[in-house]
Amino acid sequence: MSATILLIIGLAAMAAGYFLYGKFIAEKIYRLDPDFRTPAHEFEDGVDFVPTNRFVLWGHHFTSVAGAAPIVGPAIAVIWGWLPAFLWVVLGTIFFAGVHDFGAIWASVRNRAKSVGALTGDVVGKRARSIFMIVIFLVLLMVNAVFAVVIAGLMMNFPSSVVPVWGAILVALVVGQLIYRRKISLPMVSVIGVIALYALIGIGPSVPLEMPEQVGALSGNAVWILILFAYAAVASLLPVWVLLQPRDYINGLQLFVGLIILYGAIVIFNPPMVAPAVNGNVPEGTPSLLPLLFVTIACGAISGFHGLVSSGTTSKQLSKETDAHFVGYFGAVGEGMLALAAILVASAGFASLADWEAMYTAFGAGGVNAFVEGGAFIIASGLGLPEATAATLLTVMAALFAGTTMDTGLRLQRYIFQEWGEIYGQAWMKKPAVATLLAVGSCLLLAFGAGGADGTGGMIIWPLFGTTNQLLAGLTLLVITVMLVRRRRPMWYTLAPLCFVLVMTIAALLLQLRTFFNDGNYFLLFLDLVVLVAAILVAMECSAALKRARAEMAEQLT
Amino acid sequence: MHDDDPGKPHDPRLERIRAWLSQARFYAEEVYSSRYRGAIARARRDEDDLFMLLVFSEMMGVPNPAAYYTLELQPLLLERFHDWHRRMGMEHSPLDHFRCC
Repeated sequence: MSATILLIIGLAAMAAGYFLYGKFIAEKIYRLDPDFRTPAHEFEDGVDFVPTNRFVLWGHHFTSVAGAAPIVGPAIAVIWGWLPAFLWVVLGTIFFAGVHDFGAIWASVRNRAKSVGALTGDVVGKRARSIFMIVIFLVLLMVNAVFAVVIAGLMMNFPSSVVPVWGAILVALVVGQLIYRRKISLPMVSVIGVIALYALIGIGPSVPLEMPEQVGALSGNAVWILILFAYAAVASLLPVWVLLQPRDYINGLQLFVGLIILYGAIVIFNPPMVAPAVNGNVPEGTPSLLPLLFVTIACGAISGFHGLVSSGTTSKQLSKETDAHFVGYFGAVGEGMLALAAILVASAGFASLADWEAMYTAFGAGGVNAFVEGGAFIIASGLGLPEATAATLLTVMAALFAGTTMDTGLRLQRYIFQEWGEIYGQAWMKKPAVATLLAVGSCLLLAFGAGGADGTGGMIIWPLFGTTNQLLAGLTLLVITVMLVRRRRPMWYTLAPLCFVLVMTIAALLLQLRTFFNDGNYFLLFLDLVVLVAAILVAMECSAALKRARAEMAEQLT
Repeated sequence: MHDDDPGKPHDPRLERIRAWLSQARFYAEEVYSSRYRGAIARARRDEDDLFMLLVFSEMMGVPNPAAYYTLELQPLLLERFHDWHRRMGMEHSPLDHFRCC
């Protein structure tokens, strides 16, 4: 099977999803009203609530939701063969992610732009809100730990990327200063920034910085993880305009450039799909496809994290309610495209099946390395770039996405600790530096606790991260479903994905519980139990909330 | 060289490029700022709040060596005073002789 044909099928299906299914949901289920006064107009304050052009809003929504996760997840999941991953990403984007992201914007816009967390409290109940807070904390904890492990692995495997990755941070710092202090026009700064970034990528392979395998008592990988957390702690304490804002902007440009390069190279080179469609010969220790596939690929098929973005900043800036279809659903399609690219390069970017199998020796072994190596092979063959430069380009792209997510994640975790300090009257916990240290400490505990002192086993928690992310999505879908029931509209379009996600999540948690127990990994066993309890509580909340809503409706009828 | 005589119409191509550039600038700036507008405004407000405290500190019994200068600023900040004390968790003005509500 040629990769180009698969690419065309995938894109055509997602386009059809947007124009047919998305339109149906917009008109018949959410019933968007072009005359509805959105919170952006109702509470316009020039700060949080600003009516924004829908293309601009889509750009910033898409770049906020797309990051390293839709690359890592699919690149791990092709171990079961490319077909299951392909189907889950395409169908997931159409029937799950699109409806979920779009629905989260709609639900928030119809409720004075409240966040999903607050909505869970209002629509479902106080208990559900508490579960929501715990799940969010777990998601942040895992995302920070996992991404530190991902970036550390990339730095160890691709030393040519060390200079450009850290240099990109310098570029972002300079860009931020140029914009705020010198007031130079932004297109000019963008051009300079992008040129500087690609110049760094160009020189990367000639100045590789290799971390020794062993530094004192620590492994090289562990040292990188510590450096990354030290950096993320400092970065998350800086004002947003200094680093986070310019870096996010450059990442956004990188995302578009990267997608164009990847898709262009695939179409020009047109490689065959080297990996098997369904892998009957998975390495020993690989968990069963059902249900693990559905939590290994979370971002790219359905991700609860999107609900936070949709109901956080996006809903406050939506100018017309009808724009939600484009911003939310098409944002999900954009992320699906990134996941699709990851699947294609991780299964077609190898010269032979033996090469591919040499990469996927164990569950979690391929992942982002397969994406970088496969992608570099395709870009080198399709566009004629030196393979080392192409590998550096993709490593920088993945590492920058993951780094920005760490910065944001650590910031949010710090707010949670500070809030707990507020609630429980602990003044010391409210200090930003202390709260940041607590956040970093908990993430480090997870990164090293999960996989031993060298931190290489941190990828074991990837599926666990997927389960918490899906739980978050489940809670958002629950809010939307209850709203639909109260409005006497068909609820199956959100209830079916909700049930599916919950069943798969609980099944995956049970399966992993057994694995962790057999491996004697009691740390993860405990974490798995916490998530499992949260999942069961969410499932019970769902049935209770829906029963209540239907009873209310029945009462009104009589 | 382009003729800058205002009576003559400008080169339409140049105008188009200029319009396109200003459009690009608008989009770029919106994308750059829209996501962090709130966070930056809040950070700025925090700094302004501290400044308010400095300016009105003498009236609340906190000695301020620069009182002679900050006094001049008080009328300028009067408009923000009500919002400020509400934000600081005080329902009514904390100053006896300085009632705003």
